[in-house]
Amino acid sequence: MKRLVSLIVSLLAVCGLLAYTGHQLQASSGSTGSKVLNLYNWGDYIDPHLLKKFQKETGYHVNVETFDSNEAMYTKINQGGTHYDLAVPSEYMVAKMKRAHLLQPLDKSRLTSLQNYDSQFLNQTFDRGNRYSLPYFWGTLGIIYNDKFIKPGSIRHWNDLWSTKYRDRIMLIDSARDIMGMALASQGKSMNTTDPTTLRAAEQKLNRLAPNVKATVADEIKMYMTQNEAPIAVDWSGEAAEMLANNDHLHYVVPSEGSNLWIDNLVIPKTAQHTNAIYAFLNFMSRPDNAAQNAEYVGYATPNRKAKTLLPKATRDDQQFYPDATTLRHLEVYRDLSPTKVQLYNDLYLEFKMHH
Amino acid sequence: MTKRRTWVYFIPYGLWLALFVIAPVALIIYQSFFDLGQHFTLTNYSTYFRSATYLKMTLNSVWYAFLITLFTGLISYPTAYFIHQLKHRQFWLLLVILPTWINILLKAYAFIGIFSQAGLANQFLTFIGIGPQQILFTNASFIFVATYIQIPFMILPIYNALDDLNPAFVNASKDLGASTWQTFRHVIFPLTLPGVKAGVQAVFIPSLSLFMLTRLIGGNKVITLGTAIEEHFLTTMNWGMGSTIGVVLIVAMIVVMLLTGDQKTKGGTPR
Repeated sequence: MKRLVSLIVSLLAVCGLLAYTGHQLQASSGSTGSKVLNLYNWGDYIDPHLLKKFQKETGYHVNVETFDSNEAMYTKINQGGTHYDLAVPSEYMVAKMKRAHLLQPLDKSRLTSLQNYDSQFLNQTFDRGNRYSLPYFWGTLGIIYNDKFIKPGSIRHWNDLWSTKYRDRIMLIDSARDIMGMALASQGKSMNTTDPTTLRAAEQKLNRLAPNVKATVADEIKMYMTQNEAPIAVDWSGEAAEMLANNDHLHYVVPSEGSNLWIDNLVIPKTAQHTNAIYAFLNFMSRPDNAAQNAEYVGYATPNRKAKTLLPKATRDDQQFYPDATTLRHLEVYRDLSPTKVQLYNDLYLEFKMHH
Repeated sequence: MTKRRTWVYFIPYGLWLALFVIAPVALIIYQSFFDLGQHFTLTNYSTYFRSATYLKMTLNSVWYAFLITLFTGLISYPTAYFIHQLKHRQFWLLLVILPTWINILLKAYAFIGIFSQAGLANQFLTFIGIGPQQILFTNASFIFVATYIQIPFMILPIYNALDDLNPAFVNASKDLGASTWQTFRHVIFPLTLPGVKAGVQAVFIPSLSLFMLTRLIGGNKVITLGTAIEEHFLTTMNWGMGSTIGVVLIVAMIVVMLLTGDQKTKGGTPR
C-alpha cells in the first residue's frame, strides 16, 4: 500500500514537473493569449523558419495543429469546439466546406498581394472569384519509376502501366478518387465523370491492372520507393518530390494525356477568432520571398508567380513538377461530387481492391 | 452492510457502462438506419446483404480471423503449458507480455523492415541460397504478423487456467496408470478448456476488424470489414453504411461470445 502511494505521488510529481517546464518553454517562445494564430495544416507542410520569421515581424505566435486527411479535418471543424483561424483543404473540400457554411469569405481589401498569384490557379470551379480561398500549393498525380529497373522513358502514359512486363511491380496510392481517375484518364474520359457506365468500364479496366499491383498503400509508398522495394508507383507530385530527394534513381512522370491537378488552399473557418493575425499571415505568405522559401522547404509547386521566378532555375524548369503547357492544359481539377457519386466511386474502387 | 450502500458502489461502473458501452452501441445502431440523405431507412441493411462485395468481405474477415485464432491457439497452448512447468514462471510470463507494451503500429513498421526486399528475412533466404522472395503483401505475412500480435492475449488466459488446475488431479490420473498423453487428453485439456475459450474470445473478436495491418502488411490485398468501415467513416462519410457494417460485426461478436461462453467459468479474461 505504501509503495502504491509513493508510486502515485511520484507519477503526479513527474506530470507536474513536465507541465511546468512545458508551460515555461511555451512562455519563453512568446505565445501570449491574444497575439496568436491557430493554423490547422497538413503535417510538415510549412517551413518552421517562416513561422519564427512571422513572429519576429508581427509578434503573432503561430500554433500549428496537423491533420492527415481532408475528411478528418472536415469532421473536426464541422463538429465544433475548435478555434482554428486558418485551415488548408484541397480544392474539392473547399467546395464542400463552403456548402456546409463552414467558411468565412475573404476580405479582399485586406489582401495586399493577390496579384502575385498565377491566374491559372485562381478563379477555379471550386471557388469562383476566390471568395473563400487562397491557393497555397499545387501539384499533380503521376507515375514514379526507378531507373535501376525500368528503362528511362519507357513509361510516359497511364496505359504503359497495363503492360504484362510489370507483373506485381506497381504500388498504388490508396485513394478511390485518384485510382479511379487514373483509369478514366487512361481511357480518355473526364476524371469528374458521374456516368455509371463509364465508371463501371473504368473499374473493369482497373481489374485488368490487378495482376500488376504489388500493393495498395498510403504514406508508406515514400519509404518503399526510396528503399527500392518496388520499381513503379502511382502517387502525388508532393510525395514524389520527397522520394526523388532521397533516391537519385527515381523519376516522376505526369502523363500528358491527362491527370489530376490538385490545389491546396488557405481558408478561414467560421470559428476563426484572430482576424488581424489571419490577414497578416496571408499577406506574409503571399510575399514572393516567403512563398519561394516555403516551396523549397516543402518541395511542392507554388501557385505564386513571382515566387516561382525566385526559385533556382533547376527547380522552376523541372518538367516533373512544373509540367509544360500542353500537359498543364490536359490536367483536371476534381469537382466536388454529390455524396451518392462519391459513394459510387468508392464502391467500385472497393470492388477493385477485392479483386486482387 | 445495507442494501443502499451496495447500490452506491455500482454508480461508477454503471455510469461507465452507460456512457462508454451502451450509448456508443445505441448510437451505432441508430446511425445504421440512416442513408446518405439522412432519411430513416433500412436500405443500408438491404445493400449489405445483397452486395456480393460485402458478403465476400464478411467471409474474408471471418476466414482470416479463424486462421489467426487457429494459429495463435496452436502456438499458445504449448507455450503456456511449457511456461507453467518452468521455475521462474513470472519472469517468462513477463517476457510474453512485454511486446504488448509496444504500440501496434511500431510493431507493424518493424515487420515491414524485416520482411522487405532488403530486410532481414530476405537476407537470411539469400544466405541459405534460396534467394529473395516477396514476403510483404502476402496473405501469409499478414496472418503471421496478426498471429504474433495476438499471441499474448491467448497465452495469458490459458496460463491462468493451468495455474488454477489442482495438481492433485494430474497426480491422481498418473497414479491410476494413465500415460502422460492420456492425462493431458482426459484431465488437463478439458479442465483448462475455459482458458482456451477465453483466449479465443480475446483473439477472434479483435481479429475480425483488423484494418491497419491489412494495409501495412497485407498491402490491401487482404480486405476485411474493418477496411470498409474505415472507408465509410473517413472517405465517403457515409456513416450510416459504416455503422451498418459495425452492427453486423457486433452481432458476429455476440455469436462468438455465445458459442464460446461457459457458465462454469469463474474468472473472465485476465487482461
